[in-house]
Amino acid sequence: MKTYSYYPGCSVKGTAKQYEESLLAVFEALDLKLLELPDWNCCGATMYMSVDENMSFAVSARNLAIAEEIGFDLVAPCSACYLVLLKTMKYIKEYPKIREKVDKALTAADLVYRGTARVRHPLEVLLHDVGFEKIQNRVRIPLRSFKIAPYYGCQIVRPYKEFDDPSFPNTMDQIFEYLGAEAVDYPVKTRCCGGSLTGTIEEVGLRINYILLSEAQRRGANCIVTVCPLCQFNLEAYQRKILKKYNDIKEIPILYFTQILGLAFGIPAKKLGIKRSIIFPKDLMKSIEIPEIQANV
Amino acid sequence: MEVRRKVKYENELDHSFPQWISDVPGGEHIRECIQCGTCSSICPMSIYMDNTPRRLIAMADAGFKEEVLSSFTIWLCSSCYACLVTCPKNIKITDVMYAFKRRAIEEGIYPSKKFSIPILARLFTNTIRKNGRITESWLVVKLAMKTRLSSLIAMIPLGANLLRTGRMRFDTEKIKNRKQIRKIFKALEA
Repeated sequence: MKTYSYYPGCSVKGTAKQYEESLLAVFEALDLKLLELPDWNCCGATMYMSVDENMSFAVSARNLAIAEEIGFDLVAPCSACYLVLLKTMKYIKEYPKIREKVDKALTAADLVYRGTARVRHPLEVLLHDVGFEKIQNRVRIPLRSFKIAPYYGCQIVRPYKEFDDPSFPNTMDQIFEYLGAEAVDYPVKTRCCGGSLTGTIEEVGLRINYILLSEAQRRGANCIVTVCPLCQFNLEAYQRKILKKYNDIKEIPILYFTQILGLAFGIPAKKLGIKRSIIFPKDLMKSIEIPEIQANV
Repeated sequence: MEVRRKVKYENELDHSFPQWISDVPGGEHIRECIQCGTCSSICPMSIYMDNTPRRLIAMADAGFKEEVLSSFTIWLCSSCYACLVTCPKNIKITDVMYAFKRRAIEEGIYPSKKFSIPILARLFTNTIRKNGRITESWLVVKLAMKTRLSSLIAMIPLGANLLRTGRMRFDTEKIKNRKQIRKIFKALEA
């Protein structure tokens, strides 16, 4: 059984609870162990970088230092956390003046970071450590009626092309095909969701998300699947507001890729946090209802 | 009618500004910008911006510091890195935008009064310093208190949805070793 350190981040412990639930369930089903990083702190997301650069790297490096001491690769499901941790790692290496400040701060806090930590996204772990074949073999309920718009958002593939194309990635697309689902062609798959703009400059935030929703529907998708808590939140929690404003689109469920995997693996919906959907995927759930599976729920 | 001059005189420009930007990590190549406009065309926010990213870089290069820092553009950038991966001159435009944001906060130059983004950035930062983690629900409430209290009312349906689905927390997330975070802060502030 392969073991990883797990960095949940603040959203995954709050509004993205279903992401954590489904991630843990799916990793367990694939014999992968996730150990939560002890006493992890907030990564700082994109906000911190706007206030103090060195501080943001130092605060983020605390997590890297803890992970390094434990020794396992650090898995971060939230795109913002994933990128901040990855960027901190790379900038410490690339810029001596950042390294100097970070070292100073960490030393004061009795921490050491040597630069050997490895930061990974669960999707990349599935691609490289598990492989499509093993995923396909684990499928119990092919998701034949799922027409998925695979939405990667931005920070998982940009600026670092760690495992896929920065504009047109297809790791998720391929996985969904192996699960028996259809991944529709979704050209806006890495177009930004606007991040926190829905909460700050709402008009722009809603419009940006409207574009993502309407494109998915135009392409015939019956759900949008994301890898990031912020994307999921924007597309789902603001959806009714968007629908009211632009009345040419219909409601569409927004799920995490781990929930999709879990459903295909036959993991009970309860363990995948499906009920935590504000827009419940009623029709999709009905389509995979099989009596004997039902009995196990 | 009052006669107003739209163009700046040479001596009104801040010539240290372009140098400052090239010293910021990520801004090394900013003076090599060829003004191709690839950044502006790929940016999903550029249609809402008062100055497109290409133009903002030209302005910064010429020393129009006030104009750059008071531009709405820097706050609309939501760090999607689309420009950065396509820039033919390897300018890390997203990092440059972050640097503009920091400088604007430092100098207190905002596009409007009670402008929410820098307030949110500060709240975020202060919460990390205090607790080590963020609790989303409290962050939203605090932001509304500091900007537009009435926005809280508009958020009731959303809050109700989160509550119904068990996605809202009322407790405050905190790390155990808060002392360590404080030490990190102190070391860099000294």
